[in-house]
Amino acid sequence: MKELTYPFDAEQLLKKKKSLKRKLLEQMEGQPCITKRIAILGGSTTNDIKLMLELFLLQEGIRPSFYESEYNRFYEDAVFGNEELDSFSPDFVIIHTTNRNIMQFPQMTDSQEQITQKLEEEYMRFQRVWESLSEKFHCMIIQNNFEYPFYRLMGNLDQSDQHGRVNYILRLNEKFNAYAREHEQFFIHDINYLSASYGLEKWADPFYWYMYKYAMATEAIPMFAYSLSRIIKSILGKNKKAMAIDLDNTLWGGVVGDDGPENLQLGEETAEGEAYLEFQRYLKQLKQIGVILNVNSKNERENALAGLAHEAGILKAEDFITIKANWNPKDRNLLEMAGELSLLPESFVFVDDNPAEREIVSGSFPGVGVPALTSVEHYIQAIDRAGYFEVTSLSEDDLKRNRMYEENASRNKLLDSCKDYQEYLQSLEMQATIEAFAPVFMARISQLTNKSNQFNLTTKRLTQAEIEQMALSDEYITLYGKLADKFGDNGVVSVVIGQKKETRLDIILWLMSCRVLKRNMEQAMLDKLVEKAQAEGITEIHGFYYKTAKNAMVSDFYEQMGFARISPMDQEDEKEYVLDDLASYKKQNHVIKVQ
Amino acid sequence: MTREAIFEKLNEIFRDYFDDETICLTDETTADDIEDWDSLEHINLIVTIEKEFGMKFSMGEVTTMKNVGAMADIIADRI
Repeated sequence: MKELTYPFDAEQLLKKKKSLKRKLLEQMEGQPCITKRIAILGGSTTNDIKLMLELFLLQEGIRPSFYESEYNRFYEDAVFGNEELDSFSPDFVIIHTTNRNIMQFPQMTDSQEQITQKLEEEYMRFQRVWESLSEKFHCMIIQNNFEYPFYRLMGNLDQSDQHGRVNYILRLNEKFNAYAREHEQFFIHDINYLSASYGLEKWADPFYWYMYKYAMATEAIPMFAYSLSRIIKSILGKNKKAMAIDLDNTLWGGVVGDDGPENLQLGEETAEGEAYLEFQRYLKQLKQIGVILNVNSKNERENALAGLAHEAGILKAEDFITIKANWNPKDRNLLEMAGELSLLPESFVFVDDNPAEREIVSGSFPGVGVPALTSVEHYIQAIDRAGYFEVTSLSEDDLKRNRMYEENASRNKLLDSCKDYQEYLQSLEMQATIEAFAPVFMARISQLTNKSNQFNLTTKRLTQAEIEQMALSDEYITLYGKLADKFGDNGVVSVVIGQKKETRLDIILWLMSCRVLKRNMEQAMLDKLVEKAQAEGITEIHGFYYKTAKNAMVSDFYEQMGFARISPMDQEDEKEYVLDDLASYKKQNHVIKVQ
Repeated sequence: MTREAIFEKLNEIFRDYFDDETICLTDETTADDIEDWDSLEHINLIVTIEKEFGMKFSMGEVTTMKNVGAMADIIADRI
């Protein structure tokens, strides 16, 4: 919904929240969505925060249910618990505290030791909250850091002197950060940056505190909630993954085909050229956090390449995984690009200075991120503030993703040179590790369960906490599959979870990353599953297919793997299969060496 | 702006805000008369009205306003 995409009109959102929610729910009717239980434990009023957060999450296809603490009961709810919260059993807890909740600030007469002592006590109060919550609920915890105070007793010295509130808040924030670095399921919501970016003067208007105990101006709440929703959708694997970028007047000033590469605005010589240069540098940095860059431009290919070879340019042709420079409609290019990268169009951000092109793409694919670029000096903010690529954990896979796609290009070349597909598979020299869930991979496994849509039989979404519990429980057989070949390591690409019911095993989850399709990895996974099942006395394995809008590719998966269908033949949306006679099961994978 | 015009505009704002086309404001209308108008909604409603009329209520006014009539009087005074 347009109203909810960045940059949104905060005033309108607050005004129209009721009708927007109604429309969103109508739109989502019958669509697949993720449901999550979110507890908001507040140190100030949270009502509008909840309502706005709900809108932004619905917009991402996440349907939240909420628990809201009584006013300023965040500590009591977390540490002493209460029945309602306990039975709600949240997936996420948001601790909405601000500098209004700091109990002890330094006094001018305090010694350094006294101040450090206060700081430690203040910090420990919060740490108790986090530890108690994570022990009870194994949930994701999102904690605000502290925004700067709205006045400074000592003026500028407030920041450097230990007696200053600004200094105290900086130190407290750093202690929060240290905790965040040590705890995978704990996330800082950086309201200190947010309030600065919004304007502390407006943000901290005390009117809202005295009147309604809101710790920020109500007009700042939509932006606050948007920022929160970025963290949540990122944890749930709903980040954008790739960019499709126009060239002329997007990556450089001017039209390379008309002006010639030597006359483009790019480089330190002019103000405009400098702005394009900084934009290119920003995109190159995005590549470092795992964003896949691609070109989507109306150009002759040779002109596009000449522009990318500009000597001042920071982005070169080899920085892009696919380059579509042709005269096709851009939505068609985007679709092809998505196909080649095994991604959905919705995983893209389309970057183009031309509003008409943006309109075409968002018309064809409403889920694509389409930042409203105005003029080049504001391109970076338009993309950055939208939070398409919000990073909540930097898994190694994210950092290596670009290399994987480059390796894929090499694999495709090899495929072209092979006589047949079997020879290709043999020549890849694939090696897999298929084992029960191991602690180092929990984050990745959880990420996969939340973002895999296409090769996903049941589309069961799991939090890291749930996965860790399954790994420990005797009730489940869990498998992750890691695949490497001579071109590189794909990392963890497949996850299977079976639930034991005496001598029967129900496969409640089977997913695989689309980047290893048709490599026999699914056969290797089944071989291992059968082996493990037999070792545990299982005699029959049941598989389930639950249809969603995106998983048609695996609708006949179990049949292909040799299972027999036992649900009625006319029932297509939910199918059940069985594999029995495990004793005579023959291994299906012959090309991957499993360690 | 006449008091009638202010009322007409307020009516429009209320209908839009509460997503309820049946609202008809009078001088005596209070929060008790409109189902969704609770203390939490009050602040956003006030901010919305301030924007629409391009004026600001003081904290004292917000806390003492008795009904929509009193609100309209303050607005008429201010613009």
